[in-house]
Amino acid sequence: MNKHDPRGIPHTTPRQSATFTQDINSDIRRAAATGIYDIRGGGAKRKVPSFDDLLFMGASISRYPLEGYREKCDTNVTIGGLHAENPIELDIPVTIAGMSFGALSGPAKEALGRGASAAGTSTTTGDGGMTPEERGHSSKLVYQYLPSRYGMNPNDLRKADAIEIVVGQGAKPGGGGMLLGQKISDRVAEMRNLPKGIDQRSACRHPDWTGPDDLEIKILELREITGWKVPIYVKVAGARPYYDTTLAVKAGADAVVLDGMQGGTAATQDVFIEHVGQPTLAIVRPAVKALQDLGMHRKVSLILSGGIRSGADVAKAMALGADAVAIGTAALIALGDNDPKWEAEYNKLGTTAGAYDDWHEGQDPAGITTQDPDLMARFDPIEGGRRLKNYLKVMTLEAQTIARACGKNHLHNLEPEDLVALTMEAAAMAQVPLCGTDWYPGKPGTSY
Amino acid sequence: MQTLDLSEIGLREVNKTLHAQAENTNQTAWTIENARGSHAIACGLDAPIEVTVKGSTGYYCGGMNQQATINVHGSAGPGTGENIMSGKIVIEGDASQYLGATGHGGLIVVKGNASSRCGISMKGVNIVVQGNIGHMSAFMGQSGNLVVLGDAGDALGDSCYEARFFVRGSVKSLGADCEKKEMRPEHIEFLKEILAEAGLDADPSEFTRYGSARNLYNFDVDNAGAY
Repeated sequence: MNKHDPRGIPHTTPRQSATFTQDINSDIRRAAATGIYDIRGGGAKRKVPSFDDLLFMGASISRYPLEGYREKCDTNVTIGGLHAENPIELDIPVTIAGMSFGALSGPAKEALGRGASAAGTSTTTGDGGMTPEERGHSSKLVYQYLPSRYGMNPNDLRKADAIEIVVGQGAKPGGGGMLLGQKISDRVAEMRNLPKGIDQRSACRHPDWTGPDDLEIKILELREITGWKVPIYVKVAGARPYYDTTLAVKAGADAVVLDGMQGGTAATQDVFIEHVGQPTLAIVRPAVKALQDLGMHRKVSLILSGGIRSGADVAKAMALGADAVAIGTAALIALGDNDPKWEAEYNKLGTTAGAYDDWHEGQDPAGITTQDPDLMARFDPIEGGRRLKNYLKVMTLEAQTIARACGKNHLHNLEPEDLVALTMEAAAMAQVPLCGTDWYPGKPGTSY
Repeated sequence: MQTLDLSEIGLREVNKTLHAQAENTNQTAWTIENARGSHAIACGLDAPIEVTVKGSTGYYCGGMNQQATINVHGSAGPGTGENIMSGKIVIEGDASQYLGATGHGGLIVVKGNASSRCGISMKGVNIVVQGNIGHMSAFMGQSGNLVVLGDAGDALGDSCYEARFFVRGSVKSLGADCEKKEMRPEHIEFLKEILAEAGLDADPSEFTRYGSARNLYNFDVDNAGAY
């Protein structure tokens, strides 16, 4: 007898809607209560086809492996050899992506510099300019040239080892930045020339150029100002990778930084993060094709970012044709972001370790994405730098392990032919065969 | 007076020569001939020298200038004096879009008119335009002063922060969060000084001041439509 129905009619199981999920319903209730879209940090959280959908085949009778403990597998990479007098020479192909002082604390930026330098790679400034700590602790520092030009000055520009013109970001292709008042401390306000405590908006478009022809002239100006010494990168979101790469090369870039939708941001609208852009897996082949069509593959470097987490991701990106990768979110996690040791405090903020993404509110229990002196004091830049160095070394060792198994004596020798895909989607995006077949969707010459 | 013929020695050589001038150089007066609309002329200078450019210039003349005085004897292309830090740029003719974009300091004087987005995202530069300025001027202007002896186009000072705008003529329309402000004695005083520095003659009392209404400084749902 159904206790809710005295007549004994069978009761259906309460059924949650696949359309109106609890998550969606909570979004609607939040919107109804506040009248403003949800802002958060991080990259796309939705599940998208990714490098996890690819596998390396490894060695066989026709491909023999290299001895893991005896035979060399090099990892170095040169970026910017095309136009710059002083190209960037990196020991490993994993770089640290641009993250601003403002979004991150000064000590967190210092730790990124320490870790990257110890691992033989570069780190990157962000929206807000270059801090002396960061310059001092980074053996190779890439200076981001952003639409807002906060803290932008020629003295810092000339101190940079490379310049990255930021056109777009994977988390928000076509969007500007924002930094809420809680994080506009005296120092941040002074560097950005803004009143303290305001909600700062950053422009989405450069103030003094639009389009590829202007970009070419902008690159000329930056090269003239820096005496043609340092490489110039162009960072674009994974929006139209074939054409963006083509146009960046045409404009004279030494490197193209391509950022997929899993790439993080300090703060933007959730709807932007989740619904604009393309997955990292989907953007690499079109960009490589653009470079190949121009005869520029391996001459103009391709740096891929957006959800790179492990040596396997590094190896897969490089097998598909990237010269290097950049990590942001992963580097923050290595420093201690979202660590379960702060679980009680995450709970107080209404969240849980691993899900904390209100970086813009400046209350980070781990003391990384904050300007609050008490929270910042929890973070030790020397220890953070050591952890990042360890993590970068592990990623490199992992990538080398895979490369050796594929018989490659340099990570750059990994190739698409080393890969297979687990899913039709990944096969189509990466243009490598579906496991157990010699076919991928769109492969020419296989229709009998 | 040192003369550099751009058409003869090329842009790299012109800029390299000017960049090589040290703080205490004796060669303080330079002329660049045959500019012919070339881009990035005399950008990135950082010495107390005076450079006269004969002819019109392309994009980014005097970009990121520090200390130097640059006179353009012609009209100037887009982004002239972008991110200027200090020093002075004087344009005898008209200026194209984005004049003095994101400039942090120094002075830019235009004897003719300036096009759209004049002083966009300005961060401390002073800009004085004898003629008119185009639409969206001083968009997101953070600090510094834009002084216009003529008229301003549509959407002046849209989304501005603490930059100040003084217009003698008419303003076609004000941008979001930009409003008319009271002219106080210190503003009259400021205008006297800046007009003298710019070498222009105008009565400060004829100007109207505009600036941020500061309604967009902290998010308020009732202002959402203005963002």
